[in-house]
Amino acid sequence: MSHAAFVHSLWTMSADAPRKIPAPQIEYAQLSPTLIVLGAACLGILAEAFLPRRLRYPVQVLLTAVGLAAGFAAVVALAAGGYGTGKAHVAAMGAIAVDGPALFLQGTILLVALIAVFTFAERRLDPVAHGRAVDSFAAQGAAVPGGEAEQEAVKAGFTTTEVFPILLFAVGGMLIFPAANDLLTLFIALEVFSLPLYVLCALARRQRLLSQEAAVKYFLLGAFSSAFLLFGIALLYGYAGTVTYAGIADVVNGTVRTVDPALASTTGNDALLLIGGALVLVGLLFKVGAVPFHMWTPDVYQGAPTPVTGFMAAATKVAAFGALLRLLYVVLPGLRWDWRPVMWGVAIVTMVVGAVVAVTQTDVKRLLAYSSIAHAGFILAGVIAVSPDGVSSVLFYLAAYSFVTLGAFAVVTLVRDAGGEATQLAKWAGLGRRSPMVAAVFAVFLLAFAGIPLTSGFTGKFAVFKAAAQGGAVPLVVVGVLSSAVAAFFYIRVIVLMFFNEPQAEGPSVAVPSVFTSAAIAVGVAVTVVLGLAPQYFLDLAGKAGVFVR
Amino acid sequence: MENLIGLLVAAPLLGAAVLLCGGRRLDRVDHWIGTLLAAVSFALGAVLFADLLGKDAGARTLTSHLFSWVPVGGFRADVAFRLDQLSMTFVLLITGVGTLIHLYSVGYMEHDERRRRFFGYLNLFLAAMLLLVLADNYLLLYVGWEGVGLASYLLIGFWQHKPSAATAAKKAFLVNRVGDMGLSIAIMLMFTTFGTFAFGPVLTHATDAGEGKLTAIGLMLLLAACGKSAQVPLQSWLGDAMEGPTPVSALIHAATMVTAGVYLITRSGAIFNAAPDAQTAVVTVGAVTLLFGAIVGCAKDDIKKALAGSTMSQIGYMILAAGLGPVGYVFAIMHLVTHGFFKAGLFLGAGSVMHGMNDEVDMRRYGGLRTYMPVTFVTFGLGYLAIIGFPGLSGFFSKDKIIEAAFAKGGTEGWILGGAALLGAAITAYYMTRVMILTFFGEKRWQPDADGNRPHPHESPRTMTIPMVVLAVGSVFAGGLFSINDTFLKWLEPVTGHAEGNSPLSAIEVTAATMVVLVLGVALAWAQYGRGPVPVTAPRGNALVRAARRDLLQDDFNHVVLVRGGEELTRGLVRADHSVVDGIVNGTAAAVGGLSSRMRRLQNGYARSYAVSMFGGAAVLIAATLLMRAV
Repeated sequence: MSHAAFVHSLWTMSADAPRKIPAPQIEYAQLSPTLIVLGAACLGILAEAFLPRRLRYPVQVLLTAVGLAAGFAAVVALAAGGYGTGKAHVAAMGAIAVDGPALFLQGTILLVALIAVFTFAERRLDPVAHGRAVDSFAAQGAAVPGGEAEQEAVKAGFTTTEVFPILLFAVGGMLIFPAANDLLTLFIALEVFSLPLYVLCALARRQRLLSQEAAVKYFLLGAFSSAFLLFGIALLYGYAGTVTYAGIADVVNGTVRTVDPALASTTGNDALLLIGGALVLVGLLFKVGAVPFHMWTPDVYQGAPTPVTGFMAAATKVAAFGALLRLLYVVLPGLRWDWRPVMWGVAIVTMVVGAVVAVTQTDVKRLLAYSSIAHAGFILAGVIAVSPDGVSSVLFYLAAYSFVTLGAFAVVTLVRDAGGEATQLAKWAGLGRRSPMVAAVFAVFLLAFAGIPLTSGFTGKFAVFKAAAQGGAVPLVVVGVLSSAVAAFFYIRVIVLMFFNEPQAEGPSVAVPSVFTSAAIAVGVAVTVVLGLAPQYFLDLAGKAGVFVR
Repeated sequence: MENLIGLLVAAPLLGAAVLLCGGRRLDRVDHWIGTLLAAVSFALGAVLFADLLGKDAGARTLTSHLFSWVPVGGFRADVAFRLDQLSMTFVLLITGVGTLIHLYSVGYMEHDERRRRFFGYLNLFLAAMLLLVLADNYLLLYVGWEGVGLASYLLIGFWQHKPSAATAAKKAFLVNRVGDMGLSIAIMLMFTTFGTFAFGPVLTHATDAGEGKLTAIGLMLLLAACGKSAQVPLQSWLGDAMEGPTPVSALIHAATMVTAGVYLITRSGAIFNAAPDAQTAVVTVGAVTLLFGAIVGCAKDDIKKALAGSTMSQIGYMILAAGLGPVGYVFAIMHLVTHGFFKAGLFLGAGSVMHGMNDEVDMRRYGGLRTYMPVTFVTFGLGYLAIIGFPGLSGFFSKDKIIEAAFAKGGTEGWILGGAALLGAAITAYYMTRVMILTFFGEKRWQPDADGNRPHPHESPRTMTIPMVVLAVGSVFAGGLFSINDTFLKWLEPVTGHAEGNSPLSAIEVTAATMVVLVLGVALAWAQYGRGPVPVTAPRGNALVRAARRDLLQDDFNHVVLVRGGEELTRGLVRADHSVVDGIVNGTAAAVGGLSSRMRRLQNGYARSYAVSMFGGAAVLIAATLLMRAV
């Protein structure tokens, strides 16, 4: 065909039969939880731009809380409408799943975020600066630490109320992450919630250099892991010719319908599948903090403002495990004989390293970071079960764990000395004698972390280990129980430290929080105890939500 | 009517709760509350007794199911009561004697500071003992069994400021634990064998189980009985238990609790009947103990300890009878009841004497008390005649039957057992005559007490003498009443069964032999103590006497074998704990700590190292995945 003829044909084709691009079909109602949260985030940006400074804080807190509550209400409405079970399906042209696990995890994330907002909004713990109550966040994020600009910002009483819309954006991404039903949506959700987290990490009011260092490390390593993920996605696309989960699963199972001729040479090439799958797993394992992709965790948990650490530790884990579950159960079940042994190894290493390294930690926040690594290992044990029981046990564990974590970090914000939060463990000696209430509450959280009966930690751990054992992973359970024993050692050591050691002469004092942090801690304790004493309703709920839509 | 059974237990339990929790405002009425609730319990027992009498002999069993305690799968632990002729007999004995002794304690404990607590414990004992005999299954029986053990412990050590009392309480508790282990093992064996604890199914299907299993259960039950009833080899606690207040010795350590072992064996008759080896063990224990206790009783100068030896010996008779099977069950229980009367009476008499003698217990410092304490003398004397088996009194009927039944065992065994029982009767006559002479006859050998107060013996108050009189009446007439027309035999037979043995000796011959040994025993004691003055300090005596004074070296034996052995074992365990267990634990902890600090170094703070770790991890992950496919 000559050049002219080609050009002509283009003209005529477009003139003859203008091909319609079909309008995407979006089920707005079913996506409402995410849309509400992202909408509230946009409103927050507008508020930040147009409201006078003094109004921003109350408006932002209210807007954020209402947005999250409304999102939760939407999740409940969807679940009540049967979208968790019978009406579960894939919405938004195959991009987002609306099913039991998605709704359960979204509900958990929204509740966790709602409580995290309370700790974000706390303004009574830090001493009043220049006549204004301040929160845990830097006066002006862009000001150089220790520079003149910072001093002026502090003097002027600036506060970074932007954290609230940033938090909402992160939550929006987290809501999509476990529901993402194709790899590109997965990637975008990952970035949507990661970028706000990097920013939040950098915003500590005290020890700003540590905070900024944490943020940079988190960003660099996060970007690195995103590259792995993206590369994995590319390889999987090459393997299957599609990025939708169902499409890849079809190719894996050999029930593929049509093969794109352009990709005929690579479609079905198992090397692409295996390498691509492994790389995508790497990206997700980074987010859950599994060994050996865990090394950012202690540094970031320590450097980030404690309310952010609490939120991140709780909500990120929920979202990332949700995505991991969906990937392994929907895309790669046909491949389980390949990935299960590998995941066994990851789970074992994660449990052991998390528990063992925590033993010698001297900082509360780093201790909790390693504890979160160990817990990631325990949850992985449930993930590997590859059974509906495995899914529901992981769902329950995530819900239980996230509330304990939030509560524990909220308690950490209370124990302060002249330099801000006193996170060195040595300073916590004898805390139980000075502030028995706070120490007792922290002890409850530690016991829950350790998995002592009558706390949610026991119920959750029992559920995942049971599922793992029934799935044939008995050695994994043995390692898990042994790691739990090691972990119990350092949790209980903190309790011993608080209650049975003499208080230090110039030890920290416990600040009296406002109703915000008190409420956050109270909810944490209540959930921990209720899920420990009467878990059946919630186990049933998680059990009903244990089936993925395809 | 069935509902009354629960109330029977509830009344003293309520008393215990009120008295122990009520606080000081009850301090003026506490003894009457305790006595009243014991009397209520007795009244309920009497009503139930009348009800049972109105029924056919075969239908005299009432059951009452309160609630299922722990229903888990095939495991059912019910709180259910069973009132039949056997438990009815015990209920009347426990509540009747119990009420009398409550009344006696009103006088005896009048000036004790912790009187409220004393009556609380006494009521607690009554409740537990009633639970023990009324339980419809072995598990609930066990609850009562432990309950009486607790009450016994609390009451032996009631005067806990005395180190000897505190030690005695601890000793009783520890020795009883050994027996209790036996009972718990027996109950577990029953559950694995029969799948239930209830008397009905266990006892009716007893023969379905193999003889080996039944023998094991029987031996474990015997161990339990040995502990609770102070039988050899678990007899050592009873003498020391006399450290408790005398009413306690009378009620718990003479009349009721120590007979629980006899109840247990009689109740479990179906198991023992099918396990001859266990029965042989039972009669052996009984025969040995009846001689052992009697010999100890001869050498003791402490009046209560002499009576304690006697108790041990008399319970030996009961155990012996119970071990004889259907030939002996009825007579075991009959002797138990008559013994309950006369031994309680004797103890109360001893308490009355001590009350008048500044709490002196050494009989060598008594003497000539009959004119000073006439009521005590007469009631004690009647009890004395009853226990030695004076013709016509209670002990004569019940003990005679046991000796007869022992001969009826037949063969060499029968001669040995019958001979032992006869010998025991002779020794009983000897030591009881000794007690009687030393206390009430001869010249006065009174000594001032530690503070220099000379004793002024006097008769005890009414609250103390009335119970003594009532018990004396029982000691005189109970045996005769039970034996006329075989009333007691007919009453109890539907529960325990009865068989006539074929004795090589006729009943007349046995009675005659008993009379002869009785006279011999009394005469010997008279010759030794009645004719001349009695030294205030005991003579050295021969080896047997010295050994008997030391309870036939039981404590020395226990000390050398059990205490020393136990200490060695403990020391070894402690060493093992320090070096092996702690070594492993600390070693593990140190290893984990070392590993931890080494692994910590990987966390060096450089983002580039973290990235390398991720990169390496990804490489390993991919390699492993590919490897899995290749394998």
